[in-house]
Amino acid sequence: MGRYVIRRLLQMIPVFIGTTFIIFAMVHALGDPVAALFGDKAPDPAVAAQIRQQLGLNDPLIVQYGNYMKGIFTGDLGTTFSGQPVTELLKTAYPTTLKLTLVAFTFEVIIGIGLGVISGMRRGKLADTGVMVMTLIVISIPTFVIGYVLQYLFGVKWGIADATVPEGAPIQSLILPGIVLASVSLAYVARLTRTTIAENSKADYVRTAVAKGLPRRRVVTHHLLRNSLIPVITFLGTDLGALMGGALVTERIFNIHGVGYYLYQGILRQNTPTVVGFVTVLVIVFLLANLLVDLLYAVLDPRIRYA
Amino acid sequence: MPDQQPNKPNGVPDDANTELSSAFPQTPTLGAMEVEGMLEKEDLTHAPEQSTETVAVADREVPRSLWQDAWRELRHNPIFIISGILIIFLIIVAFFPGLFDSTSPLKCDLSKSQNGPTSGHPFGFDTQGCDVYARTIYGARASITVGVFATLGTALLGTIMGGLAGFFGGPLDAVISRIADIFFGIPILLGGLVFLSVIPSRSIWIVVAFIVVLGWPQIARIARGAVITARQQDYVTAARALGAGNPRLMLRHILPNSLAPIIVVATIALGTYISLEATLSYLGVGLKPPTVSWGIDISAAADTFRNAPHMLLFPAGALCITILAFIMLGDAVRDALDPKLR
Repeated sequence: MGRYVIRRLLQMIPVFIGTTFIIFAMVHALGDPVAALFGDKAPDPAVAAQIRQQLGLNDPLIVQYGNYMKGIFTGDLGTTFSGQPVTELLKTAYPTTLKLTLVAFTFEVIIGIGLGVISGMRRGKLADTGVMVMTLIVISIPTFVIGYVLQYLFGVKWGIADATVPEGAPIQSLILPGIVLASVSLAYVARLTRTTIAENSKADYVRTAVAKGLPRRRVVTHHLLRNSLIPVITFLGTDLGALMGGALVTERIFNIHGVGYYLYQGILRQNTPTVVGFVTVLVIVFLLANLLVDLLYAVLDPRIRYA
Repeated sequence: MPDQQPNKPNGVPDDANTELSSAFPQTPTLGAMEVEGMLEKEDLTHAPEQSTETVAVADREVPRSLWQDAWRELRHNPIFIISGILIIFLIIVAFFPGLFDSTSPLKCDLSKSQNGPTSGHPFGFDTQGCDVYARTIYGARASITVGVFATLGTALLGTIMGGLAGFFGGPLDAVISRIADIFFGIPILLGGLVFLSVIPSRSIWIVVAFIVVLGWPQIARIARGAVITARQQDYVTAARALGAGNPRLMLRHILPNSLAPIIVVATIALGTYISLEATLSYLGVGLKPPTVSWGIDISAAADTFRNAPHMLLFPAGALCITILAFIMLGDAVRDALDPKLR
């Protein structure tokens, strides 16, 4: 187990450096932060040169990246063009996004796995067909379309839920955005769970468990689910990235002032420090989540631990 | 020879012998070697029976390949037929939008802004007074082009990278796998916001290139796994023993046998790439006007959705039907190519 953890941690280092460097390089190579600072007006060359000097933009890209990385590890993500530290902006934005992602994740796990188990256990029956058709439809509707339609129906027409999320983002107002954000992933989780459940329910160990007279409930929860959930957990880990990306869309629809909102504003105004800072943090969260999933995987499946 | 006949399984006739003689052109038929040769033959004639124990082999004389089997299965799958017809229709619309509509999607009349459906204009007008039906018809081209070419690109790049990593293993595998991990570590929508927002001109091909750059690791992982499995098979060892070089091994022996999972993943990805293009356009970093795209139209219609829902619902409906058709096709192909699910 220890060796596995160490190997996994070591493997993460080049990935971390590579990912952050690509983001950094793309933004700096393709855009001009000084020109963006001046908006549509052309900057005075002398002033532009001075700002370049101040921001260290004259150094080679590698040096700039090195400085930036040094900053990240000391908790400094630079300052936005408006003079606010990026970390401060992140502190105001991140809790909201985290709340939204958690709400969505809860829906994804509970409803997704629940539907998957129901449909996997009753393969070929009406419930199974219903779940399959429903998930197929949900998968083929892009998140933003689901978002607008549900917002219109629930928020505006029937008035059941809040159409937009107020300041501070209380949990009850995040339920509808959470469902919207979770919808596509939820459908994938349901389908994946169904497949693994259906595959494993024919396995020898399930037959043994049934044959020795265990109650059906115990067979399902202790034998079948424990083995079937391994691929689902892998999916959930990689899906965090999709959830964070989807949060950008959901936050725009429901006017949630989270990471996606500020990131979107940063992109519109070409506010390079905000964009690079936010995306880097999101990527780090994504990589850590994947690491966690891999470790969890080893806990759940001894074959990996001892490999 | 005739004394061998009873030992033979019923379903495998002379066919197996010809295969054998082509693989071993100089089968020894003299003296003591004859017995050995026969034993070998017996083993080989038994082998296909055991490995392809599908129902199909029993009811037909000639054993079919995975592809023939899959095609036979697909032809009888109603989901495949429905999605196939839909996709053919969509491709015709994408190539010849003029067949379905005589007005131009860029000919707009502001006085008709946000008007609902009327006769001759079944989908109504958008904010700029353009005919929504015309824009929906002409929007098919962008979505389908992006979907198809992004899928071809990712499949090609992913297969090459994953295939090389799986075939050679060792340091090359380590390097390619780490590079794939790096690109896999950037969530595609976040990457889109960062990369595409700094590119000033965003044609269809820029979006395709972007999806290929961030999308290939998904295929590469599948391809690597499939190639590693195929590489360990006996037929590869046999071909190598007969003197086949690396390129021949890769192209003639391993590639055809590891293609199935790649095709499955790629077909399903096609639908999601179309959805991705629309989402990127919706966020304002995908395609740009004057390109007519469903994503752009939905994005423009979103602000006034409450007053004029028809502007959003028609292009969104077309988008969903397109994605649905491709995902259904992917599902059908997977069911046909993955014998485990049968």
